[in-house]
Amino acid sequence: MTPMEPTGAVRQSAEAAVQVSTVVPDVALEHRRQSERRVALAPELVTIRDLKMHFPVIEGALFSKEVARVKAVDGINLTIRKGETLGLVGESGCGKTTTGRCILRLEHPTGGEILFDGKNLVDLDQKSMQALRQKIQVIFQDPYSSLNPRMKIGEIISEPMKVHGTEPNKAARDARVAELLRLCGLDPKFADRYPHEMSGGQRQRVGIARALSVRPEFIICDEAISALDVSIQAQIINLLEDLREQFGLTYLFIAHDLSVVRHLCHRVAVMYLGKIVELADCDELYSNPLHPYTQALLAAVPVPDPDLERARAHRIVKGEVPSPMNPPKGCVFHPRCPLAVDCCAKIVPEFRELRPGHWVACSVI
Amino acid sequence: MEAGQVKRLKGRPYSTDDERREVSRLLKIDSLQTYFFSAAGVVKAVDGISLDINQGETIAIVGESGCGKSVSALSILRLVADPPGRIIGGSIRFRDRDLLKLSEEEIREVRGKDIAMVFQEPMTSLNPVLTIGRQLTETMEQHLDMTHDQAVARAVELLGMVGISDPARRLRQYPHHFSGGMRQRVMIAMALCCEPKLIIADEPTTALDVTVQAQILELMKDLTQRLGVALIIITHNLGIVARYADRVNVMYAGRIIESGTAHEIYHHPHHPYTLALLRSVPRMDQPRRARLDPVEGQPPDLSRLGAGCSFHPRCGFAIARCASQSPPLERIDGGDHLAACFEADNVAKSMARSS
Repeated sequence: MTPMEPTGAVRQSAEAAVQVSTVVPDVALEHRRQSERRVALAPELVTIRDLKMHFPVIEGALFSKEVARVKAVDGINLTIRKGETLGLVGESGCGKTTTGRCILRLEHPTGGEILFDGKNLVDLDQKSMQALRQKIQVIFQDPYSSLNPRMKIGEIISEPMKVHGTEPNKAARDARVAELLRLCGLDPKFADRYPHEMSGGQRQRVGIARALSVRPEFIICDEAISALDVSIQAQIINLLEDLREQFGLTYLFIAHDLSVVRHLCHRVAVMYLGKIVELADCDELYSNPLHPYTQALLAAVPVPDPDLERARAHRIVKGEVPSPMNPPKGCVFHPRCPLAVDCCAKIVPEFRELRPGHWVACSVI
Repeated sequence: MEAGQVKRLKGRPYSTDDERREVSRLLKIDSLQTYFFSAAGVVKAVDGISLDINQGETIAIVGESGCGKSVSALSILRLVADPPGRIIGGSIRFRDRDLLKLSEEEIREVRGKDIAMVFQEPMTSLNPVLTIGRQLTETMEQHLDMTHDQAVARAVELLGMVGISDPARRLRQYPHHFSGGMRQRVMIAMALCCEPKLIIADEPTTALDVTVQAQILELMKDLTQRLGVALIIITHNLGIVARYADRVNVMYAGRIIESGTAHEIYHHPHHPYTLALLRSVPRMDQPRRARLDPVEGQPPDLSRLGAGCSFHPRCGFAIARCASQSPPLERIDGGDHLAACFEADNVAKSMARSS
């Protein structure tokens, strides 16, 4: 291959792209951009301030004592606006799921506050939290273990309505179940079936229908599509987008698949070892990643194009995520960081706004 | 690359491409059929697949869960549990022997020695009650007639090669002392220990994080290239395939529906399923799209496959004939690119139009 060829190919494809966009303007994409601009001005729905979730490690049965602490989430700050989808990405053990569980109060945070509609969830007693859970729902990762195998699909979907008393009448509940199933792309007849009779994609649709049953405002999607096959993933992503549009939902989208997050989210926060290392608008983060960890993550994702893949330089980050029980001093990423200098081992980098809306925790850049 | 490694006999040039391929061919699977016999009926998990792999080559088998890709891999080493599974037809020639005709003793000699496997779940495929050292040396003592001390020395060397620091100490540790990525490194060391000619890696990085996944894949690529080992990667991840495979086989419902070089498959797909797979994933190398194009419907139930192409109920290109006749895997333009579709030309045109 001569060095001229790629340039020619690039120019050609750029021309083709221009042609496509002038001949057929992408109405849907323009619509999406508009909604993104609208979301950027919307009021804050969830505000997380200095959230900490430390799990004690206890040894000894009789004279048990705390020997260490796992700092799963260690002082994070986030805001989620109404109608927004915020992506929370990172590798396993970085604390992204724990953050979600703290918002749902499935864990009781050890510090900080979580404001939802102005109420601090951390201080709420069980009873008022229970009432508030109607507005905050969750879709779990594993569609096999998150549905009770002994309950029929109809019972699974109507359970939250019974608990929260939103539809006290059985006939009304059944009608709502049928409506929800249809909404999620399933036949209403599925209400009489059991989870084992359905495929993974269908079960995940049931999980979504259950989350929607009590008309929530905010849904936490915890790796909601990770367990599904590629062709089914696209179906569920489109469904989540349609529902967001139709009901004005706000999502916290927890995932490790960076290409899916790019497609679905308005803003993205990158977590590493219990801390947020970078936060920016989706397009900004992917086109201009600033933190070395974000850069490493993006470089590690293989792209489905063999020519591009083989031409691309692969800078692979060394080592593995250290234990959150004994995180590195200073910047938590410094032992693996290609840019690390002496001071990184001593000083905890400040989370600062380098450009409008683009926050980074790194002292080198 | 594979042709370069074969020594040409002096004074006898290759007459045809086919002949040259014959010389370097390592494994040839021909019309393999593996069925599972259950109370609910016969599940045709692998229904007549054929593929070749040359020395030192990396090929990929791509497909979604339940398409038969793992069963194909297990069939090569005859690891399919019988009952309920049984290989009912076809042949698997490894160098000059048909693996399906070997006795139980003989196939044990092949397993781990000539053909090694790396499984998806490093936690469940390592024995939790034996040390890493014991598990590594056992294979070598069994297959290579080594003394224990020789095997230990080689195990230390292998662990160093796969990037585990302080190997002598790590040998005495148990699998639970290792992280997921480290366990997968141990699995690779184990696969390499008898210097196999072929490694089958079944979803080797699916359980791992992206940065660790990249490390493991680079390690496998380096080692297979350096040692001249052929590699079959089984995966559902189209990105991994693009980066590492020379040839790609796409499976759907127990059959290979398209096969070709990575470039051909990704840039000139001729089967609607391949095209749909490529379009259904959000891509980082392209501008963001407003909507994804999913493959509608569900994959078929392999125990109730009807006549005709198994993809036709989900296919946008289907014609009347697709419901009654099953398209054979045929050469496109007389080359190495194969596709099983009556409408292959239309699919290719549609791809050309869209890109």
